[in-house]
Amino acid sequence: MSESDDTTADGSASTDEPLEDTPTENGSEPVEDGSPSDVGSTNENSTDESPETPAGDSMTIEDGSMTPEGGSPEDADVPTGSTPLEVEGLRKTFGGIVAVDDVSFDVEAGTLTGLIGPNGAGKSTTFNLITGMLEPDAGTVRFNGEEITGLEPHEIANQGLARTFQIARELEEMTVLENMMLAPKGQIGESLWRSVMPITREAVREQETEQLDRVWEVLEFFEIDHLADEYAGNLSGGQRKLLEMARALLTDPDMLLLDEPFAGVNPSLEKRLLEHIHELREEGYTFLIVEHDMDLIMNNCERVIVMHQGRVLKDGTPAEIKESEEVIEAYLGGEV
Amino acid sequence: MSDETDADAVDVRGRIDRLLDGDATLVLAVLGAIYLAYVLAGVAFGYGLRGQLNSIANLTFYIGVFGMLALALNLHWGYTGLFNIGIVGFMGIGVYVTALVSKPPVAQGGAAQVGGFGLPLGVGVVAGVVVAALFGLLVALPALRLRADYLAIVTVAFSEIVRFTMMSRTFQSYTVPDTIDLTVAGVQLFSFDPAADTVGLGGGGGLILNYPDPLEALLRTLFLWEPYLGFVGFVQRTLISNNPKPVIDGLVYGLLLLVGVGLFYLLLSRVGKSPFGRVLKAIREDEDVANALGKDTDRFKLTAFVLGSALMGLGGILWYSSRGSITPPSFRPNITFFIWIALIIGGAGSNTGSFLGGAIFAGLLYEGPRYMKNLIETAFELGDAPGNFGTAVAPMASLDPVPFVLYTLDSVSQLRLVIMGVVLVWLMHNRPEGLLGHRKETASSVDLSRPGGRDANDAAAADGGEKR
Repeated sequence: MSESDDTTADGSASTDEPLEDTPTENGSEPVEDGSPSDVGSTNENSTDESPETPAGDSMTIEDGSMTPEGGSPEDADVPTGSTPLEVEGLRKTFGGIVAVDDVSFDVEAGTLTGLIGPNGAGKSTTFNLITGMLEPDAGTVRFNGEEITGLEPHEIANQGLARTFQIARELEEMTVLENMMLAPKGQIGESLWRSVMPITREAVREQETEQLDRVWEVLEFFEIDHLADEYAGNLSGGQRKLLEMARALLTDPDMLLLDEPFAGVNPSLEKRLLEHIHELREEGYTFLIVEHDMDLIMNNCERVIVMHQGRVLKDGTPAEIKESEEVIEAYLGGEV
Repeated sequence: MSDETDADAVDVRGRIDRLLDGDATLVLAVLGAIYLAYVLAGVAFGYGLRGQLNSIANLTFYIGVFGMLALALNLHWGYTGLFNIGIVGFMGIGVYVTALVSKPPVAQGGAAQVGGFGLPLGVGVVAGVVVAALFGLLVALPALRLRADYLAIVTVAFSEIVRFTMMSRTFQSYTVPDTIDLTVAGVQLFSFDPAADTVGLGGGGGLILNYPDPLEALLRTLFLWEPYLGFVGFVQRTLISNNPKPVIDGLVYGLLLLVGVGLFYLLLSRVGKSPFGRVLKAIREDEDVANALGKDTDRFKLTAFVLGSALMGLGGILWYSSRGSITPPSFRPNITFFIWIALIIGGAGSNTGSFLGGAIFAGLLYEGPRYMKNLIETAFELGDAPGNFGTAVAPMASLDPVPFVLYTLDSVSQLRLVIMGVVLVWLMHNRPEGLLGHRKETASSVDLSRPGGRDANDAAAADGGEKR
């Protein structure tokens, strides 16, 4: 077990270095309308842009290599593209129980990575540690080359790391549209006086009108536009999952962490959700998915991280995982 | 609300349906019904014009103050889900600070009384609102980081601390030195000759509000005082010969309060229909989600709490500052619960509902029982009520309910609380969301319907055009 941990740590270390050297080269580019595929084409024009962007412009990709096309020519020494998310030596205890113990892994840009494990393996805790809902006892989380360990959840979200919840948490007494309109970042109307003062309110209205186009676009993409005026609390479980993902997408993230997105979703909707995820991944989004269903992960992810008893048991391609003795034993309850 | 202005409502039937559906119509209808009931009751009492106007002024006053305070509470509870049960504390701070700032410097009315700083009333009102907001910040800073119910405990404790501070001998009066000098190392940094000689909170005896009457002060500022006196004289010559000024004062003040309610409503519906209000709603629904979507929820909660506290301070000032005096017992927590009942009746989460709840509470539950009692007494010309419960119940054995009914009527001001309780229980069972608690006030500054299929600047649709 410790051997598998070491390999992960090594793996992340090797991809670390080029990351820190390259950002100036790639420049930083605001992701327009959540379609990072644009980044690749516009990178060349903005190489002189400093990586230190203004605080308001937090939706930037530091390493600039979201898509294989955009990433590979410049990051020649990193064959697999960069790693937006790097987790190192993460540890969390609750009382005497070690929920997460020295977990290290990284997620490559533009991939679909699965995080699986039996109940109590520490998957959700790991998720909460990454997204700031819990504070780790030890270890670091780096996102797009910046350390985000111990930041508040909203700060992490504003860096472009969006999450969904295990049990879809909708804002029930708000309509689907209100749910969606909430998500975009940098809304000037979130300042009280700007919303209230007659002089500034016009600008708020303008921004909201612009934002609305994008909201409807995403609603249509997820095929829930017919529910737009419905209260979120009236949606079915599967529709909620769709809404939650749509909402997370509207924050213009670089990467999405999905906590059991298929739990309680009927097979036809599951298929639709998967299609959406694949489509988005092709656009350049990076996904880390916690899932219970082994087959689903094996069939859809490029890379799988298996957790067991708070530790990373195995990290590799689905084929490697399938052949791993340790994984089979962990799942069948054998001795590790 | 302004659905009736929809251009495409060609068919009359649809228009009427929507008119009946509109919240504004409901509010107007309820207000009309309450006023009508009061006028009819006045007719039954044989009130003259003066009596009728007085009764209407009184009703308007309570509708105004309860409407405002329910609106302010709606920002806390209805929008943000902040469980504030210390409303009366903020009201008390507002009016006490106003009194301190604006009372004339020289103590009047005996040894127990204190003076103030003698600044204009407008300054006092602003100071009261600002200090209420600051105390809102003080309460919210530690409490908002705790779980929701702890805020409730902190706020109710806070409002009691405020009341006990008002009663405290320590703060009763303080003699201000003739000059205040701040000299550091031989250099005079600061020299001030305060106008006040004694200031303080007046202890259990409260404060006499011997500053100019707020209405007079306002009208003088607007150069309307002379015309106003002329109008009063005109009324005296034509309609009411017997000292009409207090009645007209009351009516005008009531009207001003309604204007205040309108301004509160305008402000708060702007707050609600904005991205800011949307985040507040999201915090009410699920704070973790709002946080995970990148919203700094602490900042939003703090801003909302401070704004609401300031409005509560203003509500307190408008309620109490036109009275001759204020005493600490006026600021007991029951006022807080009255406002909560008003909000629950109207429907938390809806600004229209908050005002409606305030009006219904003021008209039916707060003032209503007393009118009912007077009405029954006038109608049946009953004798004196029995002195205690025993003598009231004993005749029931011989099937004579009259003494018991009389006793009940006589205790109506205490029974008011029982009636409120019964109404609350009934509401919780049958309509827990309140009359207008459907929360259909969309939190957005623009119409959210699909772009392309709408008029770009159709403000009417943005206000209430959510068609479901």
